Amino acid sequence: MKAWGSWERVLAALIVAVYVGFGVGIDGFASPYAVADSTTNMSEKALIAMAMALLIIAGEIDLSIAATMALCSLAMGYAMQAGAGPAGMLAAALGCGLACGAFNGWLVTRWQLPSIVVTIGTLSLYRGLALVLLGDQAITGYPEWLSQWGNGTLGDLAGWPWLIVPIEFGVMGAVAVVFMLLQHRTVHGRRIYAIGANPVAARFSGIAVQRYRLGLFVVAGLMAALAAVQLTGRIGSTRPNLAMGWELDAITIVILGGVAIQGGRGSIVGVLLATVLLGGFTFALGMLNVSGMVMTIVVGALLIGAMVLPRLTSKRAKSARQR
Amino acid sequence: MTRRDWALAVVIVAITLAVGLRSPVFLTPRNALDIANDSALLSILVIGQMPVLLTRGIDLSVASNLALTGMLVALFGKLFPGAGAPVLIVLALALGAAQGALNGWLITRFELPPIVVTLGTMSVYRGAIHLVSGGAWVNDQDIHASIKALPRAELLGLPLLVWFAAAVAALGWWLLRWRRAGRDLYACGGNPHAALVVGIPVPQRIRMAYTLSGALAGLAGLLWVGRYAIAFTELATGFELTVIAACVIGGVSIAGGVGTVGGALLGVLFIGVINAALPVIHVSPFWQQAIAGAVILVSVLLNSRAQRQAGQQILERPAA
Repeated sequence: MKAWGSWERVLAALIVAVYVGFGVGIDGFASPYAVADSTTNMSEKALIAMAMALLIIAGEIDLSIAATMALCSLAMGYAMQAGAGPAGMLAAALGCGLACGAFNGWLVTRWQLPSIVVTIGTLSLYRGLALVLLGDQAITGYPEWLSQWGNGTLGDLAGWPWLIVPIEFGVMGAVAVVFMLLQHRTVHGRRIYAIGANPVAARFSGIAVQRYRLGLFVVAGLMAALAAVQLTGRIGSTRPNLAMGWELDAITIVILGGVAIQGGRGSIVGVLLATVLLGGFTFALGMLNVSGMVMTIVVGALLIGAMVLPRLTSKRAKSARQR
Repeated sequence: MTRRDWALAVVIVAITLAVGLRSPVFLTPRNALDIANDSALLSILVIGQMPVLLTRGIDLSVASNLALTGMLVALFGKLFPGAGAPVLIVLALALGAAQGALNGWLITRFELPPIVVTLGTMSVYRGAIHLVSGGAWVNDQDIHASIKALPRAELLGLPLLVWFAAAVAALGWWLLRWRRAGRDLYACGGNPHAALVVGIPVPQRIRMAYTLSGALAGLAGLLWVGRYAIAFTELATGFELTVIAACVIGGVSIAGGVGTVGGALLGVLFIGVINAALPVIHVSPFWQQAIAGAVILVSVLLNSRAQRQAGQQILERPAA
């Protein structure tokens, strides 16, 4: 499976167009500070989008990923209130993500249930638990290091004031390298493609299909936990509606990134490019004072457009060949 | 009634009696009327969602459709105070049906998975509310008098809202039980390939299911705005999950081809009874969503054990 195909080139060209176009059109958009700022929001979404991409490539889906984030943030908040240090808080978040993902995966693999219904159910369950535990309250008073993680730059850590790349972007880059190597350079990645293309054939060729599925749901839970830690650090509080609707953003990024919704095809590079494209675009709209509700129209329309477009072109190509 | 329906009915009666023993006020006709009123809107949406689920589809855009149609009708009523109730009802049905038809067209024309299409239109319709209203609320005094009167007017001692729900349920039962188009929906979901082979116009039936779901969501939007006398952007956010929960609890299979109107209505009643019982037994209403999620999971588990079939591929691939 090629990591850099024609769709990735289209995305890269669109990114250039967005940054150049809005850079000329909006005062201050092209400044290095604004560009660095535009990457923070997308860094968190990229984490869950990459995990979602692997799931969709394998023919599954996780609609509960944003609700998992809310629950992980909550777990971290409770750990802080119980007096845990940084390690304890991280462990609480990651442990919660692991549990949520494993529960999804267990239901899907052990009981042979379609992941779409399972994760609609757990979406409601996880978000509901966050509501039950927090009600209309919020957890605040997070320590300095967490806010530093969410808002600081790599330059602050290294002591170089000129390096204004946000820490979150660095984390995303590191995770992205792991995902890319895993998906495009190891046998595990090729097996994930095989499972998505034909699970029965994959099973007959000796791939432990169910184990891979379970593993992918766990990875999704862990990525949700990591994204939740960063988001909580950035906004400084935990509310039950944390990351509400992010499952839509993640799925949109994945589809826009060229991953086939029926599984078996797609690349991590495409997903990353789609993250940057969508992140830059919404950041520019934000600078133009376009409201968040209008942005949801854009996201929804992009999701449908990204699915319709390849169908149109492939149909035309097919009919041209037949002629 | 199947055995599953009877079991569900027994569970509902047991819960009702158990709560009634603790606080007898739960067993009064007044409370029954409250539950019926609260469940009416849900049951209209469930009757719309069920045909879609029968075709192996899913319509996640119903709550956004409901809110958009409700807002449009409220704005229309504000602009044309002379419009009567029949005009408003037809308008709501048409606006909702148009949104549903768009879903159906995208799904059949481009052979796209319903879950992703309706996830996309869910946010498009939701955002469109903000565009048409400019983010403002339409408040009690600006809502057309006949919209507000519609769900409240009484007929033979029952509010019109309940009559609407009953009429929709009866029509849904008639369509799915006695009409060819309705029976075709079961075939489309039970075995899409075989349905095509025996000459069922599958894409046309699928479009019908989504249009119907949209039209009923539109009607529910009109009644919702009338009942609560307010229209705003976030109206009914997340209600699509409750609708799907009611269907799954009522034995409608998400894998298509299985489900009855009677079962789905029992699912609605179950949710209605639970939601009404929580405050009576002093449980925070924040539990509603978590309980709905847990009940979805339990029902899906029970459904799959009853059918003992391999799970359906969630994102169905085109037959290559």
